[in-house]
Amino acid sequence: MALILTEEEQLLKTSASELFKSKAQIAALRKLRDEKDPLGYSKSLWKEMSNLGLAGLTISEAYGGLDFGYVGLGQVLETCGRTLVASPLVSTVLLSGTAIQLGGNEAQKKQYLPGIASGDSIFAFAMDEGKHHNPENCNTKITNNLISGNKTMVIDGHVANYFIVAVKDEKGISKLVVVNAKNEGILVEKIEMMDSRNLANVRFENVKVEDILDSYSSSTNLIENVLDVARIGLAAEMLGGIQEAFSRTIAYLKERRQFGVPIGSFQALQHRAAEMFGEIELCKSVVIKSLKAIDNQSDDLPKMASLAKAKLGETYKRVSNEGIQMFGGIGMTDDEEIGFFLKRARVVQHTLGDTNFHLDRLAKMKKY
Amino acid sequence: MEATADKKDLKKFRKETREWLDANCPESMRQPITGPEDVYWGGRNGEFKTPDFKIWFEKMHAKKWIAPHWEKQYGGGGLDRMEYKILTEEMSRLGCRKPLFSFGLSMLGPALLKFATEEQKIKYLNDIVDAKIRWGQGYSEPGAGSDLANVQTKAEDKGDHYLVNGQKVWTSYGEKADMIFCLVRTDVEVPKHHGISFLLIDMATDGATTRPIKLISGKSPFCETFYDNVKVPKENLIGTEGQGWDIAKYLLTHERQMIGGIGETHVPTPVSDIAKKYLEIKGDVMTDAVLRAEIAKFEMDEAIFDMTIERVIDEAKAGNNSGALSSFFKFYGTELNKRRYEIMVACQGIDGLAWEGEQYNHGAIAKQFLRTKGNSIEGGTSEIQLNIISKRILGLPTR
Repeated sequence: MALILTEEEQLLKTSASELFKSKAQIAALRKLRDEKDPLGYSKSLWKEMSNLGLAGLTISEAYGGLDFGYVGLGQVLETCGRTLVASPLVSTVLLSGTAIQLGGNEAQKKQYLPGIASGDSIFAFAMDEGKHHNPENCNTKITNNLISGNKTMVIDGHVANYFIVAVKDEKGISKLVVVNAKNEGILVEKIEMMDSRNLANVRFENVKVEDILDSYSSSTNLIENVLDVARIGLAAEMLGGIQEAFSRTIAYLKERRQFGVPIGSFQALQHRAAEMFGEIELCKSVVIKSLKAIDNQSDDLPKMASLAKAKLGETYKRVSNEGIQMFGGIGMTDDEEIGFFLKRARVVQHTLGDTNFHLDRLAKMKKY
Repeated sequence: MEATADKKDLKKFRKETREWLDANCPESMRQPITGPEDVYWGGRNGEFKTPDFKIWFEKMHAKKWIAPHWEKQYGGGGLDRMEYKILTEEMSRLGCRKPLFSFGLSMLGPALLKFATEEQKIKYLNDIVDAKIRWGQGYSEPGAGSDLANVQTKAEDKGDHYLVNGQKVWTSYGEKADMIFCLVRTDVEVPKHHGISFLLIDMATDGATTRPIKLISGKSPFCETFYDNVKVPKENLIGTEGQGWDIAKYLLTHERQMIGGIGETHVPTPVSDIAKKYLEIKGDVMTDAVLRAEIAKFEMDEAIFDMTIERVIDEAKAGNNSGALSSFFKFYGTELNKRRYEIMVACQGIDGLAWEGEQYNHGAIAKQFLRTKGNSIEGGTSEIQLNIISKRILGLPTR
């Protein structure tokens, strides 16, 4: 499987890029932030994205999707990353859509997937329970079809129509369940994050469950599989942010003059820029290879996901830090947009496991 | 229909190639190479270490597979790109060694194919394929390392010959080279890059001498070479006078890919396997948490660097030219190799630092470790590669 895009994937990337160029520049995120938008994303943009089919890229045609695959979704996420587009693509499509597509039975897929593909339903994925990502830490219990527990870092939790919740049954077996957000006993606390997006703490107290997603060989594998797919999707988004922050920094090095010359002519900066270029070349490779691993249902998925999330986390941190330093004082101002990448880098790095988490996981896979 | 026929032919070619290699490659020539003494280099004084080396070279030579992708009039096998790829794949599948190691094949050959006259190509390329001449490279000088264009070895036009005076350093296996391809200054009046020419010098000529350089590893794979009124025939000039810098750059691209590890087929032992052998593991976790993190990070970068080679090759096949990336591959590949050996030495403790003794494999790891320090110096230092990336790829201004 060659590590290049097909013509269709390239076209998709171009059309997503055109849409975001006209409708979702960083100025759009700034506006949502400054106006304290209650949704945290633009409803009309999400409608347009859905009309283009972006919400249904990974959903089978039988359920209203395009069955285009994860390499395609990855291109859209990468493009979102370039202008830091805030949308329910990660919560609803990447995490929850994948969970239902992989773990739902025929009836469940029929019930939920068309709403995701059309952009009408917003789903939030409630997994973590602490300050750090840790799939093993699950104290939310299911008894008699009622769940109780506290979830953290729930992306778009404050606007969701449905939650997909990771729980443990009486026997201690992990499961993913679907909960209607209208059900009684749900307490949502919205948190505004540094990157101007929303996470939520969600408390479930004896909340009725609509469905259990159990059409998968093993439910523990289902959760891991969904997480790995989402980690790779986030890595694709990060690749977009990294490339954009880097190209803005290079442009600034050519334009900003001190001592009568462009600062980009200084070797101290050139070598750091050239090293970052190399790291980004590595990032591109692991992202496309891991996206293809999803579509090919590769056995290497856990390894690929951790390689991608670890490497992209490390590189986004480096490139966003260097961006601020190379922009100098102007990079510290809110007017200059380079700081938005630093903010997003930290939140997305933390989501679904940071570099240390995934390096540790890689070492464990190889038993050292 | 034609495409299907082609595909069928390639399938047939693969089958025949596999059968021929299996029938003709001696068992000992399918074992991994242990070092530079464990290969056939050819040349006027070339020696076959064992009879199998001779058998394997002669079989491959008769089959015209010493330079399988060169045209037939130059001693090549005339294979097209797909056939050549199949042959390399099948050789690597069986573990077949290259029958001839030669800087003529890997470095000079590609430059001759691009810049030499037809007459020169027929003469020198055939000699390379027949292993008649062992080649060395004469680029660096005491005053021209990273600033390679500053070469001072002079070649004066004396009518029917050039008179060469000067000194070269870092010539790999220079004392064993029959001939050397050199960068010499033929014009001192023009800017330095434009006064350089590419000259082939026979080391048997009067006035040419060599002296080995002992390295920190204790080994002497490199030489200094000296030229004291050496007469070189005019027809040994490749390209035109003043074209030497272009030829050198072209050739360095091939060398960088070689040093950076592109096209290498052997898979090295994972460093974590070495760590597991030497260090304490409790419940599948190394107790040295700091080294464990360093290993995990190294293995991440190593795995993704391999994917990057794969991606760039795929992109090149799809028609995206990525020649400028050779500096990146040289930089990253050599820095990775240095990291690998730092970790290997750290893992093995005192065993990794032993210098002599049978039980320590005569200090092989320590010596290899020391040798890797040269990886990011030879063929253009890491800093020079970063300069090239920032100028040619990122377009950052020069001062």
